[in-house]
Amino acid sequence: MASSTGEAPESKGTHQYQPRDFKVVGTTPLRPDGVDKVTGRARFGADMNLPGQLVGKVLRSPHPHAKLVSIDTSEAEALPGVKAVVTRDDFAENEAHHDILCNIMARDKVLYEGHAVAAVAATSRAIALKALKKIKVVYDILPHVTDVDEAMKADAPILHDDMFTHGVDPMPTTASNIAGRCEFGHGDVDAGFEQADIIIERNFKTAATHQGYIEPHACVATVTSDDYGELWGCTQGHFVLRNVSASLVGMDVSKLRVTASEIGGGFGGKTTVFLEPVCLMLAKKSGKPVKMAMTRDEVFKASGPTASSSMDVKIGCTKDGRITAGFAEVRYQGGAFRGAPADFGAMCAFACYALENVKAIGWEVVTNRPKGAAYRAPGAPMSVYAVESVVDELAKAIDMDPIDFRLKNAARNGDKSSYGPKFESLGLVETLEAAKNHPNYQIPLGPNQGRGVASGFWFNFGGETCSTLNVNQDGTVAISVGTPDIGGSRASMCQMAAEELGIPYDQVRAIVTDTSSLGFNDTTEGSRVTFSSGMAVIFAAREIIGKLCERAAMMWDIPVEAVKWEEGKAIPAGANAGDFEPLTLAEIADAAGGTGGPIAGHHEYNADGAGVSFGTHLVDTEVDPETGFVKILRYTVIQDAGKAIHPSYVEGQFQGGAVQGIGWALNEEYIYGDDGKLQNAGFLDYRLPVASDLPMIDTVIVEVPNPGHPYGVRGVGETGIVPPLAAIANSVSDAANLRMTELPMSPPRILKAIHQAEAAE
Amino acid sequence: MVQVVLSGIMKTAVDDQAEIEIEAKNIKQLLDALARDYPKMEPYVKKGLAVSINGVIYRDSLYQKIPEDAEIFVIPRLAGG
Amino acid sequence: MGIHVSTKINGDDVEFVCDAEETLLDVLRDRLNLTGAKEGCATGDCGACSVTIDGRLTCSCLTLGAEVEGREIGTVEGVAKGNELHPIQQKILDNAALQCGVCTPGIVVAAKALLEKKPDPSEEEIRYWMAGNLCRCTGYDKIIRAIQDAAAEMRG
Ligand code: FES
Ligand code: FES
Repeated sequence: MASSTGEAPESKGTHQYQPRDFKVVGTTPLRPDGVDKVTGRARFGADMNLPGQLVGKVLRSPHPHAKLVSIDTSEAEALPGVKAVVTRDDFAENEAHHDILCNIMARDKVLYEGHAVAAVAATSRAIALKALKKIKVVYDILPHVTDVDEAMKADAPILHDDMFTHGVDPMPTTASNIAGRCEFGHGDVDAGFEQADIIIERNFKTAATHQGYIEPHACVATVTSDDYGELWGCTQGHFVLRNVSASLVGMDVSKLRVTASEIGGGFGGKTTVFLEPVCLMLAKKSGKPVKMAMTRDEVFKASGPTASSSMDVKIGCTKDGRITAGFAEVRYQGGAFRGAPADFGAMCAFACYALENVKAIGWEVVTNRPKGAAYRAPGAPMSVYAVESVVDELAKAIDMDPIDFRLKNAARNGDKSSYGPKFESLGLVETLEAAKNHPNYQIPLGPNQGRGVASGFWFNFGGETCSTLNVNQDGTVAISVGTPDIGGSRASMCQMAAEELGIPYDQVRAIVTDTSSLGFNDTTEGSRVTFSSGMAVIFAAREIIGKLCERAAMMWDIPVEAVKWEEGKAIPAGANAGDFEPLTLAEIADAAGGTGGPIAGHHEYNADGAGVSFGTHLVDTEVDPETGFVKILRYTVIQDAGKAIHPSYVEGQFQGGAVQGIGWALNEEYIYGDDGKLQNAGFLDYRLPVASDLPMIDTVIVEVPNPGHPYGVRGVGETGIVPPLAAIANSVSDAANLRMTELPMSPPRILKAIHQAEAAE
Repeated sequence: MVQVVLSGIMKTAVDDQAEIEIEAKNIKQLLDALARDYPKMEPYVKKGLAVSINGVIYRDSLYQKIPEDAEIFVIPRLAGG
Repeated sequence: MGIHVSTKINGDDVEFVCDAEETLLDVLRDRLNLTGAKEGCATGDCGACSVTIDGRLTCSCLTLGAEVEGREIGTVEGVAKGNELHPIQQKILDNAALQCGVCTPGIVVAAKALLEKKPDPSEEEIRYWMAGNLCRCTGYDKIIRAIQDAAAEMRG
């Protein structure tokens, strides 16, 4: 490492992993933003105020589907205190971001209840709300559709008359709500089913759920008369937000500076753009700063949800437990625009298994619901729920332990994945073995109690990333990253820099910089931050080490090749070994003014080689036969993290993902009436899991190093939400002798299933 | 020549062939050739794709070299939560 | 028509003028610049806005600003004594019992109110007391442990 220049190895994606003894990585120091967060000082999206700011509010459609005939804003504009009103007329067509444009401000049609129609900026919230009431909108109401299967029918109301199904050859010439079809797999499933001794085929349905971040979307914007803009708000990706917003508002990217506030949860739901361009447009028109924040009702109606699904799964196996063929067809609706993650659903469905014959078909469908957004491992939890439920049933049918059944069919190194590429290095088998050996797998169960197992997968990826490290005169180090910290990633950045530089953790501080201070960074999504920004930090630190060695060589007047870096110090080596006292980073930093000025390291790259991530969950439940209520007795998450930089925050990701999955499995659901309106747009009726619903969530961190990262890191954020749906369904099935094929498994649904089963007997 | 497997929505765009052969030394050449030889591929290439070379998925690295006998899959561009 | 209100916040006398329909949460955040309490729902369902009024745990989004005349309000900003963190704050940090941290101010206020009432709560009591505070990130495990640790430390 002595002469390291910070260059990434040539083949970035592979084989950079080098085993080493870690000093800081793997420990659990306090996070740098912690004190601000426990004292209320941390500033989130809605906590920023600018002098003289106005309040912006959005008028939203009460109809799920209608032509927007006319919008008359004259009375609203005349109201004292109203400083600007914007509608579709203020936004020019935009080819690159057409769907986002249509979503942030409806154009010729409203496509869902809650679709933005106009916005007002006024001197107070009360005036802004009053002004919204004075806007006269004429709608021509159209028939609507919110269910995925209904939306696919030939006679369904059509949302977009220019939507022709992709992926079907020849492409249809009539418009439909089917945006696309995709297919993955290999082998011959028909031949595979012929070889099976037993085949199980089922249909499943899952409801749409919301990411449920506690902080609603919020931002503050200001635009000067010469068109320079500043925006401050909560987002998972301020660079992407800047690019899209600037484009929609018609500004140069360089004239818009976006600062990411602290972010109160995202889970994919804040990779989006909703209020920001509207806020900028209001600021531009009014000439004053404008602040906007969604209400919870707006968050439910106009942001985020994940896809709802309808799925068919058929799997066959031999009597001794070898899967001979797997087939899945998944239909996802992702709201009013393209983007339902049916492709990821189809790709992930069978990813846990090494199969000779596998086929997964995905259908991407639009309906009159809010534009869906990514939610942790987008698309995977539903299809994996369906597949893992059938796998469980097969294991039961041949009387085999469900973990043994999975081990027998599990994907291993070198196996061809169900979505195509060969797996290079994966830890699925390790998680299954750890599950089998876990004490929670041996605890005896009581009456009405059951045990469920399921595994799950997410790809993980890297993306465009850069980070800068600056050495301060006192020897401390400042890290600038461009990826918002959503779950403690600043702490892991500091750990990795400290590890490389050989200095204590508390000598390093990380901040998330604004868009003018670093080059473009992709969004915080897909479990990429600790992997990508972390690797950039590591390479930037190596660049700094090179420079520190140069400075030491200068100070000692020896060749730089004769200097090595060890434990935070430059040490004379080779022929000069022992000639000089080692120089600490602080000493070199202190002398930097005379040896060539400030010392900084930077790394920019496309991070590739993110290792795949697998997990296995164990859950025990008790089903109350009188009420249908499911109580979670024990829950265990076992997941491969590659290398856990900060194990507490890795556990936190496991636990948080599992509990979101528990909510999805048992309670959470977007409920639509026949009128196409959302009936439960609040936390009272859309029920997130609360503390009293849950036990402690046990975790096991498996570490199978990712060959594509110097420390072996794999992203850990996504996979945790993939197995719970199936694990809980399997546990409930074990407890109540039922196969629940529809989520959520709310008490009325379970009761109904119990009664049906009784009636059938 | 490298052997390329397209999956998902793109398979129909290459006339339902399981595998196609393409002359390409890096990812950009591969994608350009796909768009050129199979016009139906163009919208997908424009929208953004990911390419797996010997099991490692590349999302953005257009000039990543493709070794002679590599196993290549073209898959949808990943996004996440 | 503004309503004049005199109150005490975190031990200090505070006077403010607010509209009749303004909630205490709006007053704290928009008029007094005490943005520690968050608005997660404005309907009393998430606990992010938790404060105490005369020692009682309350959702400030369900209380009108005008109602706190003559009362004593405690917010998250008053929990630490100067630079010295309250045990619940320290234990939340030590246990990594926060991810995004937006629920944390409410959790701190609610947990402190619990421990003042009940120095030795069982896990179940903690879970039911905290059931009004939503956290979407952590799955509550580490939060419950932090409260248990803080309780143990405060009992000495
Ligand atoms: S904001 Fe008061 S309970 Fe949610
Ligand atoms: S830490 Fe994010 S909501 Fe609790």
